Amino acid sequence: MTYDWQPLWLTFKLAAVTTFILCLIGIPFAWWLAHTKIRLKPALEALVSMPLVLPPSVLGFYLLLAFSPAHWFGGWLDQVAGLKLAFSFSGLVVASVIFSFPFLVHPVQSGFQSLPPSLSEAAYTLGKSRWQTFIHVLLPNIKPQLLAGIVLAFAHTIGEFGVVLMIGGNMPGQTRVASIAIYDEVEAMNYGAANFYALVLFGVCFAILLAVYLLNKKLLMRVG
Amino acid sequence: MIELDIKKKLSGAQGEFTLDVKLHIEQGEFVTLFGESGAGKTTLLRCLAGLSEPDEGSIRINGAAWFDKQNKLPVQQRRVGYMFQDYALFPNMSVRGNVEFALRKGAARQRASELIELMALGELQHRKPNTLSGGQQQRVALARALAAEPQLLLLDEPFSALDHETRLRLQDEVLRLQRQFGITTIMVSHDVSEVYRLSRRVLIIEEGRIVRQGPPAEVLGAGQAGGKFSFAGEVLAIEAADVVFAVTLLVGNQIVRVIATTEEAQHLKPGDRVMLMSKAFNPVLVAC
Repeated sequence: MTYDWQPLWLTFKLAAVTTFILCLIGIPFAWWLAHTKIRLKPALEALVSMPLVLPPSVLGFYLLLAFSPAHWFGGWLDQVAGLKLAFSFSGLVVASVIFSFPFLVHPVQSGFQSLPPSLSEAAYTLGKSRWQTFIHVLLPNIKPQLLAGIVLAFAHTIGEFGVVLMIGGNMPGQTRVASIAIYDEVEAMNYGAANFYALVLFGVCFAILLAVYLLNKKLLMRVG
Repeated sequence: MIELDIKKKLSGAQGEFTLDVKLHIEQGEFVTLFGESGAGKTTLLRCLAGLSEPDEGSIRINGAAWFDKQNKLPVQQRRVGYMFQDYALFPNMSVRGNVEFALRKGAARQRASELIELMALGELQHRKPNTLSGGQQQRVALARALAAEPQLLLLDEPFSALDHETRLRLQDEVLRLQRQFGITTIMVSHDVSEVYRLSRRVLIIEEGRIVRQGPPAEVLGAGQAGGKFSFAGEVLAIEAADVVFAVTLLVGNQIVRVIATTEEAQHLKPGDRVMLMSKAFNPVLVAC
C-alpha cells in the first residue's frame, strides 16, 4: 500500500487559500448585495447561486477553455501577469473561489439582512464612518452566520471534485488533491490507499462541522 | 437655531402625499411633533439627522447649511443625537461599550462614566443590552446619544414601548437632562400627556403638513381647559351599596371608585367606555 500525505496537504492548502480569498471578496460583496437597490440584483443573486445547481463539469469546462493559453483571456493572463491557470494550483484556487462563492455569500448576506437598519444608522449618527460601522457594529453581530459561511466554504472546497478534475488534472504536488487521489487509487485497485485518504477527509470534515455546531450553539446562547 | 423648509414625496396608507414643512426652532427649545402614524413625523426627524434626504428645500442649523442645493452634510458630521424607536443598541457591546463607542475622538473616557452614573446605569454597565428591560435600554440609548455631545437631540417616540410607571420616570429624566445640557430637542410622540409634560411647543402634523402649532395647552386642549375635569375610562365593576351604586372604573392606569345613582347604573355594564367628568370642585395638588 503506497500513499503519502501530499494530496491531503494540498487539499487543505487549497481550502485555506480559497477561504481566505473568499472572505476578502465575499464578505464585502454579501454586505453590498444585502443593501443594494440596483435592478440587476436578482440576476446577480441568480448568478452567485449558479454553482449550487450547475454540474461542476459545466463550470470546469468553461473555465478550462477560458484559462487555456489559446483563449484570449488565458493568453492575456499569461502575457500580462505570467499566470498559467490551466492545470496549475492558482487555477484551482480561482475555480474554487468561484465554486464556493455561494456557500460563503448566502449565510453572510442573510446575516446582514437580519440586522435592523437602525443599527448602522445609529452608528452613523454617532459620527462613525461606513468602515468603522462595518467592522465594529455589523460584523460582530453576525458572528454565527460568518462562521457558518466560512466553514461551509472551507468544507465545500475540500469536497470539490468535478471542477478540480476538469481544470486541475492530476499532477502530484500541483493539482492532485485528496478527492482526485481517492478516485485514482480506486481506479488502480489500491483500495487501502483510497481508504486512507477517504477516512482522513471524513474525519476532518466531521470534526470541523461538529466544532461549528457546538460553537454556534454557544454563540447563539450568548446572543439570545 | 434651526431653520428648516423642506419638501419630500412620501407614500402612505392613503396613497402619495408630500411632506411640506417650514420650521423655526430656537436654541434650547423642546418641541414635540404630534400626529397620526404615517403623517411624516419620523421622516422629518430623519431628514434633520441626515438619514433621509428631502427632495428639495434647505436645512440650516445655527447658520450652517446642512442641506440645500449645493450642500449635503453627511450624517456623520451633523452631530445629532438620535434615539430610535427600537433604541438600536449594539448587541455585541456592553452598556459601557455602547456609551464609549459614541464618544468623539479625543473625548475623555470620563464622560462615559459620568453619563453612566447620571443615568443610574452603574450596576448594569457590564451587561449586554438584550439582558436589560425596556426602560433600562432606553436609558442606555439616551446616555449613548448624549455621549456624542450632540447639538441637537432627536427622539423618535422614545417612550412608546414602556409601561406607564417607567414612562413617567423617564420623561422626568429626559426633561431634567434636556434642561441641564440645554440641548435643542425634537421629539416625535402621539401621546397627549407626554406632549403636555415635556414640551413648550407642539407641532401637529397631518399628511405631511403642520396644521397647528403652539403651547400644548392651547393646541391640544383647544380652549376646553377650564375648571372642569374629564377622563375617559372603562367600567370594571358595579356593586349595589345601600341606595346608590359603587362603580369601579379604570382611568388611565388607575382604578377609581365613584358613586352612581340607580338611574346611571342601570345603563352601565362592565366593559363600557364612559366619560368621567367633574366640575366646580377644589382638587388637591401635591408635588410628586
